[in-house]
Amino acid sequence: MIPLVAEHITVSFTRRGRGAFKALDDVSLTLPPGSAVGLIGESGSGKSTLARVLLGLIRPDAGTVRIGERTLFTPSYPRPAKEVQMIFQDATGALNPRQTVFAALAEVLTVIRGLRDGRAALADRVTALLEQVGLSADTAARYPRELSGGQCQRVCIARALAVEPAILIADEPVSALDVSVQARILRLLRDLREQRGLSLLLVAHDLAVVGAVCEHAVVLQQGRVVETGTPAELFRNPQHPYTRRLLNAVPVLE
Amino acid sequence: MPTAYQPPASTAPLLEIGNLTISFAGEAGWVPVVRSLSLTVAPGERVALIGESGCGKSMTCLAVGRLPPTDQACLGGRIRFEGASLLDDPAAMARLRGRRFAYVFQDPSASLNPVMRIGDQLSEAMPTGHDDDGTPPVPRHARHQRAMELLARVKLPDPAALLRAYPCELSGGMQQRVMLAMALAGSPRLLIADEPTTALDVTTQAEVLNLIDSLVRENGMSLLLVTHNLGLVAGRCDTLHVLYVGQVVESGPVAAVLRHPAHPYTQGLLRAVPRLSSVGSGELHDIPGTVPPPAQLPPGCTFAPRCPYRDTACDEAPALLPIDAQRHCRCHHPRLRHGVPPAATPPEGQP
Repeated sequence: MIPLVAEHITVSFTRRGRGAFKALDDVSLTLPPGSAVGLIGESGSGKSTLARVLLGLIRPDAGTVRIGERTLFTPSYPRPAKEVQMIFQDATGALNPRQTVFAALAEVLTVIRGLRDGRAALADRVTALLEQVGLSADTAARYPRELSGGQCQRVCIARALAVEPAILIADEPVSALDVSVQARILRLLRDLREQRGLSLLLVAHDLAVVGAVCEHAVVLQQGRVVETGTPAELFRNPQHPYTRRLLNAVPVLE
Repeated sequence: MPTAYQPPASTAPLLEIGNLTISFAGEAGWVPVVRSLSLTVAPGERVALIGESGCGKSMTCLAVGRLPPTDQACLGGRIRFEGASLLDDPAAMARLRGRRFAYVFQDPSASLNPVMRIGDQLSEAMPTGHDDDGTPPVPRHARHQRAMELLARVKLPDPAALLRAYPCELSGGMQQRVMLAMALAGSPRLLIADEPTTALDVTTQAEVLNLIDSLVRENGMSLLLVTHNLGLVAGRCDTLHVLYVGQVVESGPVAAVLRHPAHPYTQGLLRAVPRLSSVGSGELHDIPGTVPPPAQLPPGCTFAPRCPYRDTACDEAPALLPIDAQRHCRCHHPRLRHGVPPAATPPEGQP
């Protein structure tokens, strides 16, 4: 249970011949322990860049990221941040096609966690991880190509949990999945947060998805925070024109 | 926003698919992925195909252009376009594909050639006069102008600069617009759009769908739209076919099906669409279980293992029967008058 506080993050990328491009401009974000925050914005708004900064993969030009007592990108904090784990949009692509599910999870346990268990103890740990994400033990022997998209995403979540993170960043975790499966993955994320006290940062472009899981939402546009609030507030009474535009773009059935 | 739209009174259908069966060679014989599917698309009609991955939506679309790999796939049944039989008339296929009917696929960055300028790719899609397809050829000197016009029609700014650009310089939404422009190059009567916006983000998604909608209306084209999100279909299509493991399980006018879905599968798909109105209530709905692989179809009704209403009658496969003047449903218990179905209990051990 550790908080994550990002303050005044600025990131620029240099583009050949066209000068610098500010991907993030003075963005601050707080993820209290055990909270779920949604990060909303369209492509190019800086959502994924912010996620990568929080993971310790991109060093910001300015600003600090504090995870608990320690500060990222200082000698006190070896990168990457093990307390923060990430799951990606393309779950099948995030798994090694030549590795069984067992190998993918065991690799994390032995290499990153540094466990020196025997094979039997390792198998028990893998089974326990798979159970947590609602997969049966025999999934361990499968290759990614034998699994559905939803099952691959569960394996990715199990792999992130294997590191025992305090904070989970999910970058568009359901937008590549069938509508019928999306709810199951979102419910899993919600349950994991309740059971393990994980903090969750959910990056999504679908506001309804954020509303189903998060109690707080941050709207990013062109690298700036334009609006924050609870999802219900944002959806009932959007203040910023950009939030309104995002809302209008959601397909409506009613 | 698209509103009430009356398709032109149709005479003969533009596209007619009858008893289409597509099988792939499996380890233990032929595995059917599409099973005796029939549908028609009238001139000016906008038809949607809905279903989860693995339900045969894309295969059906590809079969119209005879695009499934023919050394592995076996196509049965008939597909007629403007009266020509596409499956056994290679000459008709060569004349019609990409001209009278054109495709837009899911991933525009994979459909475009990464090392060719946009202008060259557009010119390549234009009729040359050597295809024996009856369309007037676009002479070489007129192609630049024609490419500019096509880009303007898909509402891309600064067409002159775009013609010299490579695909990697364009965003996903712009790439999909270029794909649309290429599809329009042959002045098609039917546009087949296979999940055209799944790879795009939500604001671009609405823009591209509205663009497709306006192009279809302006040019009086027909549309065959494939998607897994029922939310995208409302107001943009006239007729809806819901597919489950290679069969149509429900079909009818979009508005009627969305208002009173008859098949439990359609009801499940409809409830699974995340809605803004339920924000804060914490409600999340799914369909329990997964689509069975085509080689291991359950006996009887194929949806029964995932169905909240299953009973002994479902041990026998239901037929696609009319439930009113315009609608068909493949279910022993079409729930026309029922409201919200009871909460489904997921089968044991299902991921």
